[in-house]
Amino acid sequence: MAEHTHAPAATSPAHAVHAVHDEHDHRPHGWRRWVYATNHKDIGTMYLVFAGLMFLIGGSFAMVIRAELFEPGMQLVDPQFFNSMTTMHALFMIFGAVMPAWTGLANWLIPMQIGAPDMALPRLNNLSFWILPFAFTLLFSTLFVPGGAPAGGWTLYAPLMVQTGDAFPMTIFAIHMMGASSILGAINVIVTIMNMRAKGMGLLRMPLFVWTWFITAFLLIAAMPVLAGAVTMLLTDHYFGTTFFTATGGGDPIMFQHIFWFFGHPEVYILILPAFGVVSEIIPTFSRKPLFGYETMVYATASIGFLSFIVWAHHMFVTGIPLAGQLFFMLSTMLIAVPTGVKVFNWTATMYKGSLSFEPPMLFALGFLFMFTIGGFSGLMLALVPADYEYHGTYFVVAHFHYVLVPGAIFAIIGAVYYWLPKWSGKMYDMRLATWHFWLSTVFVNVLFFPQHFLGLAGMPRRIPDYAVQFTDWNMVSSIGGFAFGLSQLLFPYIVLKCLRSGEPATGRVWESAHGLEWELPSPAPYHSWGEPPSEALIARGAAH
Amino acid sequence: MVQKIAPKLAALTALLVSLSPAARAQSGWGEINMPRGVTMISQKIYDLHMLCFWVCVAIGIVVFGVMIYSMVVFRHSKGVVADTTLVHNTRIEVIWTIIPVCILIGVAVPAARTLIQISDTRNPELTIKVIGYQWGWQYQYLESGVSFFSKLDARSNAASQLDSGIDPNTVPNYLRDVDHPLVVPVGTKILLLITADDVIHSWWVPDLGVKMDAIPGYINEAWFAVDADKAGVYRGQCTELCGRGHAFMPIVVDARSKADFNAWLDSEEAAQKPGAPAQATTAAPAGAAPPTPAQLAEASAVR
Repeated sequence: MAEHTHAPAATSPAHAVHAVHDEHDHRPHGWRRWVYATNHKDIGTMYLVFAGLMFLIGGSFAMVIRAELFEPGMQLVDPQFFNSMTTMHALFMIFGAVMPAWTGLANWLIPMQIGAPDMALPRLNNLSFWILPFAFTLLFSTLFVPGGAPAGGWTLYAPLMVQTGDAFPMTIFAIHMMGASSILGAINVIVTIMNMRAKGMGLLRMPLFVWTWFITAFLLIAAMPVLAGAVTMLLTDHYFGTTFFTATGGGDPIMFQHIFWFFGHPEVYILILPAFGVVSEIIPTFSRKPLFGYETMVYATASIGFLSFIVWAHHMFVTGIPLAGQLFFMLSTMLIAVPTGVKVFNWTATMYKGSLSFEPPMLFALGFLFMFTIGGFSGLMLALVPADYEYHGTYFVVAHFHYVLVPGAIFAIIGAVYYWLPKWSGKMYDMRLATWHFWLSTVFVNVLFFPQHFLGLAGMPRRIPDYAVQFTDWNMVSSIGGFAFGLSQLLFPYIVLKCLRSGEPATGRVWESAHGLEWELPSPAPYHSWGEPPSEALIARGAAH
Repeated sequence: MVQKIAPKLAALTALLVSLSPAARAQSGWGEINMPRGVTMISQKIYDLHMLCFWVCVAIGIVVFGVMIYSMVVFRHSKGVVADTTLVHNTRIEVIWTIIPVCILIGVAVPAARTLIQISDTRNPELTIKVIGYQWGWQYQYLESGVSFFSKLDARSNAASQLDSGIDPNTVPNYLRDVDHPLVVPVGTKILLLITADDVIHSWWVPDLGVKMDAIPGYINEAWFAVDADKAGVYRGQCTELCGRGHAFMPIVVDARSKADFNAWLDSEEAAQKPGAPAQATTAAPAGAAPPTPAQLAEASAVR
């Protein structure tokens, strides 16, 4: 068994074997390495770089929105272009930034965490990534076609969406491609987790990041084809004379919303479940204490995944759905607070009687914990149908979902990068700068989004380019927060590039009490993560619960 | 010395005045909460909103309190050693599953009660059909046949053009005024039958506690009854993205005493009869019959 006992130090014999093995790999060089990539790390890197790029583009759309909303009156853009900005901002951030970032992290981490050499389906992996640049080039190019970019909101509601100009078929084709990419990625994750686990890596020994992604992948496979169906029906309504969503032809505009949100609600959990996984990895490490209630965390994630399919009509409380439907969807939505609460309590209990230190990954995880909970509170308020009659379609909703997506999903992604970057690159980053990145992001994300609660409650609808003057003050505050938050994010690529270029060498363990198989590998992790499967003893040591 | 202090005192006074409730009504800083509104339903919604808000605050104090306590007390830098045996406790996990369920039930019951009242559209005393267009509203008083269009007033429209050069702060009720408000009586149960002609819109007046989507092919129902002592003008706007002019289709409800309302309705009825003198009407713009949807669309396209 000795050869399987990977000591953290990079000089152990086992690692020497890895290193020799690696040099014999026929890895293509130059552009071929990326275009023909089948290695999970290369593909993961491409996903993450792509997501970062989309984050900057989607963020610049948001800057246009906040600039126009800085004061009342129309100063910068036409209302139609403003609507394009809100639509494109959402599409780029959801499908271009957050989802690919999670797939990138899955690619990097799942093989390392389950003791596998790579993902199960490497060529599929290549395909699922390379669809994305084409999809987003197509979507981005709609900005330059007659009629402008899609402006009907990311929800693509019929019949408004059918009024889109030449961008209409391009948008739909782009969405089809994004969906295909996500489905392929999800298939790969499921097949990898089902078949590639090292002997001894039982399901209930898997790290929570693997677990949350496993459940997310099922949500993806169930939800994305539904979106594909919805947009295909839009397409045939527009070009082939069908009237699925056209009342005058016997169709039903509300049916679009049912179909869309049957995809859309699982989709928001697709964006957040892997974040639960990341936070469940980071908090124990920096609390120097195993995760509290590992199994409950798994079951809570699974029940959130299940519930996500039976709450969709809470997006439609004011469409005139019947009382019984409103009551059902109100109660099912409130029920989600229970497993979500259990998770928050478990993270808190993990910190309780721990030994906490506040390195950048922990800071971002704690930021997640506090601010995601705030988003959860406003989510509970939104679940109450009578109150939703006032909240629906206002900035209160905008504040709610940005709290769960920005200091929620995005903070978790940033935290994940700061947590695993030394493992990936073999180098440490500038922790002082990363701490600055955290504090600037945290202060300004609240300046940006907290006043939007006020605006919504005071009566400001979302998706408007101009507003009544009593909303001026908080919009100015929000815009200032937005610009500052946007600028702060430029620190992120700088810190990562500086790390890659001139970071100090990292140890194998990186963080003194990190647990899990990936920390048993040297830093940087070998090209084919686990050329030989880890021993069961090693797996048991990694699974500290 | 006095000359030096005087401007500072003046500035301080101005600051204090600006923070006073009276000044706040003018500025936007005080606009941080839902209005209580002027109907029984809007007040129940407000109470439910505040109940849930304080429940969240209470939970937040406990949860954030434990988190902050842990962050302050259990610090590695203070030499604290982690208790690595504390990884599972069935009793506490059952407790923190059951307590939230009880809290949720406590909030769900009043929510369901209010919802049932909102859904009870029976026995209206007045029925108004509301039709959403890109971008304006049409109101039809079904009992009397009075009907008119209501769209953004001309001053707001001019000021809201790109680079209009007009300061919105100089326009009264910027983006919140229409040419022809919806006039209703107070103390009367009014049923709205809400639909749309082109895309989906949503009719929302926060003070009335009414928001309902206007959907082509559907007739949605909503009702409100303004408290008898709350005559006044209440403003709202479309809350479902409906295209380029979405921000520019406000709703103004003018709630009058029953006598004033009846007088208004009689004059409207007389004015809208075929052959009636054009100038008597407040309903149809330019003194003509109500514009057709096509005319309205054309007028809106100008903005």
